[in-house]
Parts: sequence; structure tokens; C-alpha cells
Amino acid sequence: MAKVSMTVNGKTVTREVEGRTLLSTFLREDLGLTGTHIGCDTSQCGACTVHVDGQQVKGCTVFALDVDGADIRTIEGMANKDGSLSVIQQAFQDHHGLQCGFCTPGMVMAAASLLAVNPKPTEAEIRHHLEGNLCRCTGYHNIVKAVMAASGQDVGSIAAE
Amino acid sequence: MPKDGGIGASTKRREDVRFLTGKGRYTDDINIRGQAYAWFVRSDVAHGRIDRIDTSAAEAMPGVVKVFTAADFAGVGGIPCGWQVTDRFGKPMQEPKHPVLADGKVRHVGDPIAVVVADTLEEARDAAEAVVIDITELPPVLDMKAALSADSPKVHEELSSNLCYDWGFVEENKGAVEEAFKAAAHVTTLELVNNRLVANPMEPRVAVGDYESHSGNHTLYTTSQNPHVIRLLMGAFVLGIPEHKLRVVAPDVGGGFGSKIYHYAEEAFVTFAAKQVGRPVKWTSTRSEAFISDAQGRDHVTKIELALDAQNNFTAVRTETYANMGAYLSTFAPSIPTWLHGTLMAGNYRTPLIYVNVKAVFTNTVPVDAYRGAGRPEATFQLERVIDKAARELGVDPVELRRQNFIKPDQFPYQTPVAVVYDTGNYHATMDKLLQISDRAGFEARAAESRARGKWRGFGVAHYIEACGIAPSNLVGQLGARAGLYESATVRVNATGSISVFTGSHSHGQGHETSFAQVVAELIGIDAGQVEIVHGDTSNTPMGMGTYGSRSLAVGGSAIVKATNKIINKAKKIAAHLMEASEADIELKDGKFTVAGTDKSVDWAGVTLAAYVPHNYPLESMEPGLEETAFYDPSNFTYPSGGYGCEVEVDPETGKVTILAFSAADDFGNIVNPMIVEGQVQGGLAQGIGQALLENCVYDENGQLLSGSFMDYAMPRADDLPSFNVDHSCCTPCTHNPLGVKGCGEAGAIGSPPAVVNAVIDAIHRAGRTDVTHIDMPLTPSRVWQALNA
Repeated sequence: MAKVSMTVNGKTVTREVEGRTLLSTFLREDLGLTGTHIGCDTSQCGACTVHVDGQQVKGCTVFALDVDGADIRTIEGMANKDGSLSVIQQAFQDHHGLQCGFCTPGMVMAAASLLAVNPKPTEAEIRHHLEGNLCRCTGYHNIVKAVMAASGQDVGSIAAE
Repeated sequence: MPKDGGIGASTKRREDVRFLTGKGRYTDDINIRGQAYAWFVRSDVAHGRIDRIDTSAAEAMPGVVKVFTAADFAGVGGIPCGWQVTDRFGKPMQEPKHPVLADGKVRHVGDPIAVVVADTLEEARDAAEAVVIDITELPPVLDMKAALSADSPKVHEELSSNLCYDWGFVEENKGAVEEAFKAAAHVTTLELVNNRLVANPMEPRVAVGDYESHSGNHTLYTTSQNPHVIRLLMGAFVLGIPEHKLRVVAPDVGGGFGSKIYHYAEEAFVTFAAKQVGRPVKWTSTRSEAFISDAQGRDHVTKIELALDAQNNFTAVRTETYANMGAYLSTFAPSIPTWLHGTLMAGNYRTPLIYVNVKAVFTNTVPVDAYRGAGRPEATFQLERVIDKAARELGVDPVELRRQNFIKPDQFPYQTPVAVVYDTGNYHATMDKLLQISDRAGFEARAAESRARGKWRGFGVAHYIEACGIAPSNLVGQLGARAGLYESATVRVNATGSISVFTGSHSHGQGHETSFAQVVAELIGIDAGQVEIVHGDTSNTPMGMGTYGSRSLAVGGSAIVKATNKIINKAKKIAAHLMEASEADIELKDGKFTVAGTDKSVDWAGVTLAAYVPHNYPLESMEPGLEETAFYDPSNFTYPSGGYGCEVEVDPETGKVTILAFSAADDFGNIVNPMIVEGQVQGGLAQGIGQALLENCVYDENGQLLSGSFMDYAMPRADDLPSFNVDHSCCTPCTHNPLGVKGCGEAGAIGSPPAVVNAVIDAIHRAGRTDVTHIDMPLTPSRVWQALNA
């Protein structure tokens, strides 16, 4: 066991962890932040996507000890300060960008990461960026639409329903 | 309509707020104080005899509580099958035992042999490595046709062969069908494979068992689409726990698509083990485990023949299908290639004679059961492919050949030769709508543009019929179902007028918490925000059959309507008393009761308060309170239908298929929430396109699963798919349920695979390669290239 400290959603946390504890497991089991989901064991699905020092990272690809001292943001830290949904979260609800909700935290984190560097992405850019996040419910149509809307763009270019 | 959304409104989903903020409560989010963790030791060979299991080293490992093997389950029943099919000779299917843990033999890679229960997950996993298992490998049974030869090894020694059943439908028509083929002007034959798929909901399965020794109460938290069915199957048939001592909770569930319908060994294990070790026991599937333990889908090998007369009218259809059951019979497996497949072989057409033969076969592979569509995609794929092939052979337009043979709008209700009666539909309308929204008229110009770039463009259509809300219970009982297929609901009106609706349907992405509330709000005329939908817990919801087969709104929603109407009837009596009027004169509109022809009124909350504070109340003739339960057992299936169109571009150099556009024109009857319906169709399309172009579950010659992770099994990703053009404006309401709804959950996955394949074949034919008449799914670049370069 070794000591690890990091900032998670603005709060400093310190815990003792095993060397093999993944960041995704640490968030869920040690910190109780169960919004970060685990959908595979080969780093393919993206359900555990979080932000590490502002970068989009699959939580299952790094050990908790690897991010000692880092600034971590999870889905629990994405809402506005007053608790209302952020622009991206609200766009997902407005455009039915989620069904079962399991991939959703990872999708929101990935979308936020995209919009931080590319505020007006095209549909193709959105689809390319979300390539590492699997969704089995939506067929991605409404996720793409939600990200497009969150960026303030007209969603009319996404085929009408 | 209620101001925050009644029937027909695209109300935003209330459940989204918790999912978008990380506050969903999925089964893996549940941890019970003192819980131990289970790790399953699974077979790494497809077929073998277990010679020895030595758990002593594992039991000595740190943190290990107990190691379980089949010996611990000696007094426990096996995993039951929920449907008994009778074969074409009148005999029941062969039904092998399905032990909770492998007993003497392993029958597929992933078959559970032992389970380590330890203080931590890591300790359980470490100790599992120390369980010693000696297995003598046996030749695996993999190919279905070879499995039926007399000299094939047997998956189950106690059975006479690997044949589960040889089913004929309609057996009495067999001779007449043969005569029709002899008399046909043209016969089109197609042999095809409906590829095996893995459902892969994004949430892997999880089960947590808990036992209270002081009360004798068991609780199972599980990722299920139907917690009551699990309670019944596991309680009555596996562990012998009566329902009142067994609570099954399916909280937020991260998708199912069929794979979470069934009762699985892991659920029985944690429930059993929790009592044995005196601690809660938790099991969380890894994705790798899901690939070798979740029931898989499809896997049919079919020969279909279509007979036509000289005017191109369909005169008969004949099919021979081999359906893979895998190593054991999963809960509803026998019904999928039979009653959910043979009954759909009329499609949208007036074919007068149909004979379907299905041989269900045991193999050393993971069990196969319903996956989104379940039998209906298999039926639709073969029918819509053979019709397309016939049109090409006859040199007629595939759309016109379909249209010529469609059941006509004035022929409903329509009795098919395969036992079902379609209540409503208008297939000409959905086909017309499809051609309009997909701009088929502009296709030739687009194809020319592709040609100029060296690409081959094609347009494919398919038209599907689906049967949802399978019922009535007395009929399905005759067909072999060992369960009823009704749904129930309790509507509890609280004193201040808010409402809790307890439903036996289960939402795992379908948005019932929103759409069901819209229904109740519409009926009473109150805000949907006053209505809460409760589901997923056997301790507080009435008996339920769960969610699958696109049945929730058609069956579960109808039960809610029935219970709500009982509420309204009673509320009118209370209102009549309060206003000293005749009950017959009471009208309910916008949540207000009025006396017809007067200005007297009492609002909803006034009546509900009187029901619970019955100071001014007809106590001599009516009980206080306002709570009603209803069971709804449909009189018929519902029959959604639709026309699907796919436009592809094939790169002849690489064989890569790109979907440029996909359009769907569905008739779902009435629609409660259009936004949710569109989302369901889009998701279904992605899974159907996945089957057509990407997904394939592959075993090697040793029975090893080659596509055992997301690295090897090609799930559709955002950049594999186009945006979809979805329309549901064609509407012929269902005539036999109170909402006039038909169900929309599976349509996308049913109608899309043949549309994609037809489009690819169209592209290839337009380029002059008419020698390529079929390519089996998935149409990967490799397969297309090989077909073009054979």
C-alpha cells in the first residue's frame, strides 16, 4: 500500500492504495464516485473517461499512484455550481443523447474535452473524437446532435428525425 | 394535454438528470457492509470431462472465505428453461440439465466450474489462480450440421443426440407447399448465415446476494430486465426459496437488449452463497467474462426458397434452418427460432402457403437466446433477401415486386398462413414514405456522381413486420411458454393528489419513468410532474413479466391505463358524493371534476383528499383510499411494420462499404413520446447495421472464442455510422390495446440488416457484377473484396 493524494472535483483527497489499483477503481471504490463507470477490461469502451489535469483520460489506463498530485475531474464535478446541468449536460438531455445512461458520463467527459480545444466541431470531427467511447443504445445520432448543440451550432445539419 | 407533456409530447426524460450527473444507481454501485467478493473459475476448453478439482491451495490463500464447486450444489436444482417446444412429431424437445456449476463435464469456454469467495475482489481473483482443475479434453461439437451426424460426439451424454428439436410449421401445410413449388413458374433459392452476435449492453452483469439470518429473507440485486421472472425462476426452480422470502431488485440497469432477460447461474450463486458464508456476496462481470457467459444471439444457417407464379405473385415459401442453442438451453432459447421466427415468415406479403423447418442444435458454445428482435430479424433477413434476389433474377424492380405482393390496406385484419392475425397496417404507405424520405428519385444522379469517383453506389430496401407484446397467456401456454405474458400495474394516488405508479415493466434505457408518467397525466389531466413511476423491485411492485420484445408500452402501459381507469371511476364516485350529484353526470377534464350542465366542480386534489380524510364520504358503500391494481393480458400480438432504405458506396478496390444514408419509415401505431421513439429506432438501426457490416462472434475449430473482447468484436463506433433519417408519421393504431400502440424497441435491428445487404448487392450489380448474388454478414471489406475477386 502506498499513499496517494490528488485533487478530485476541487477537493484534495489522500488515501492508501495498492500499486495495482486503477484510477477508475480508485474513484469508484475508494472515493465512492460511482458516476465513473467500468464497461470493459481492455480500455476500449471509454465509460471510465475522466479529466486528468484537463486532459481526457480513460481511468482504466492509469494507476491511481500514477496521478499523484494531479487535478482530476469526474462527471460528479461537471454540473454548474448551483447544481444545475452544465451546457453539455443540458444538451444531452435536450437532444435525448442518452438512454440507459451507462456510457453517458464518459461521453460527457469526452465531449467536454473536445469542445475545450475545438469549440465548433463538424459532425465528422465529433464522430472521430468520440470514436473511443462506445454507446450501445443511441446509435450515436443524438449524442452527435447534443455535442453539436452544446457548441452553439445549428443541429439541422444532422439528419432530421 | 397536461402543460408539462401528455401523450404525444416529446417530453425530456426526467431520468436523465441523475444519469448526467453521475447519480445513477446501477447494481455495481451497491455495496453492502461486510460483503465478500466472488470470482468465477471458468472452463478454458470447449468440451471436456472434469477429472479432479482441488481447491485446498486456494482455500489457504489470504482472505479466502470459501471455494464452491458443483459438490456444494448437490441439493440445488439446475437452471430452468422457460419454454418447451414440441417437435414436428409431437414430442417434447430434448431438455438437458443445466447445473449452476459444471458437474462432471464442461460444455463451453466460460462454463463456470468453481467460485472463490474472499474478503476482497483481488484476493478472490488471486486465489482463483490456485484452484487446480484437471480436465480431459473431448472433441468439441461446433458445426451444427456435423453435430447431427450419427457419429458426432454429444454435448450431453444423457440425450439421444445433439438435436434439441426438429420443428415444422405449419406441419399440415408441408405437402401443399411442396405442390406449390412443383407448380411454380419461378423459384428463387438462397442459402445464408445469420451471424452470431453478442448483445454487449455497456453495463456488464452484476449480482449481489444478501441474506438476513434473523428473518430468513434473501435479497438479490441484479442487472435484470425482469426481476419478478428471476424471483420466480430462481426461487421456485433453483434454490427453493418462496417468493415472500426472496426480494429481487434490478435498479438502474445499463442496457439489456435481451441479454439481461435470462436467469443466470451467477444470480443463483450469490443468493445461495450469501446464506452459506453468512455475508453478502458480490459478483461483477468483467467484459471478457461477459463474452463467454452472457447469452448470445442469432446464429442461424438457413436455406430459403420462394415460389412465384408467372405474374410474379408469391405462391409459397419454404425454409430449412439450423438454429444454434449453444451448450445449454437459456431461459427462452427454444422459442426464438420457432414461435418468434416461424410465425413471422409471411412478412408483409400475401404468400398463401408457408412451411418452416427448424432444427435446433446443441453445440459447445455459449448458450444462444433472444437478442434485440429475437427470431424476427432472422425471419425478416431471409425473406427480404430472397425477395430481392428474386427481383434481380426476374428483372423487376425490388420495390415493385414487394408492392405487388403486399397485403393490401383493405385486407386487415389479415390471417396469415402461419397462425397470426395482423390487426392493422398499411405497407404501401410506409413504402411510399420511405421512397420519399430517402429521395430514391434522386438516386441515379447520386450514383453517377459516385461512379465518377470510381465508387459503386447502391440502394437497398427492406420491409419488415414485427410481432410485439407476445400474448395472450393462454395461447403462449399452448405453445410451450412456462410463464404468463401479461403485465400488471398498481396506481397509488396519495392524499394530496400526487401519484405513484408501480409497474412490472422494467426500464433500462427506454425512458419509462418519463413516458409512462405522460400516459397517466394525460388520462387524469394533471401535470406529469405529479406522477412518479416505480419499477424494478419485487418488494414494492406488483407481479411483472418485465421488458423485452418491445412489450412495455403495449402491455405494461395498457395495465397502467386499466388501473388508472379504475382510479378515475372511483374518483368520479367520490366527486359525485362531494357535489351531491349523480355519478353519471360527472365529467373529468384537465384534472377537474364537474357536474355536466352546472358550474359545480371539485378539483383532483379535493377528491383525493376526501378519499384519505373521509369525513364527507359514502363509507357505507365505498372503501376509503384511492389505489388500484390491474393485470392486462393482451388478446393478440401487436404488429409494427416499416420500410427501411439504405444507400451505400462500395469501394471496389478495397471492398469497404460506407453507409451514406439510412432512412426508416415506421408504423408504430400511436406514439406517446416521439423523441424516445426516434431514439429507440436510431439505436436499433445501429445494432442492425453493426450486424450487417461489423459484428461477428467467431469460434475457432477448438471452440475458443476468437472475438472475446472489444478489441476483437467490432462494436459500431460513432465514426462507423451515419446520421439517420427516421419517420413515424405513418400510423395505423393497434386495435386491441387501449393506447393503440405497437412497440418500437426492436424495429431498427430487425429491418436494417437486409436493407444494408440489399444495398451492397445493388451496388455490385449496377457495376455489372451480377454473378455476386449474396455475401454473408458481416460485410467486412475482406468479405466483399473476396466476393468480388473470387
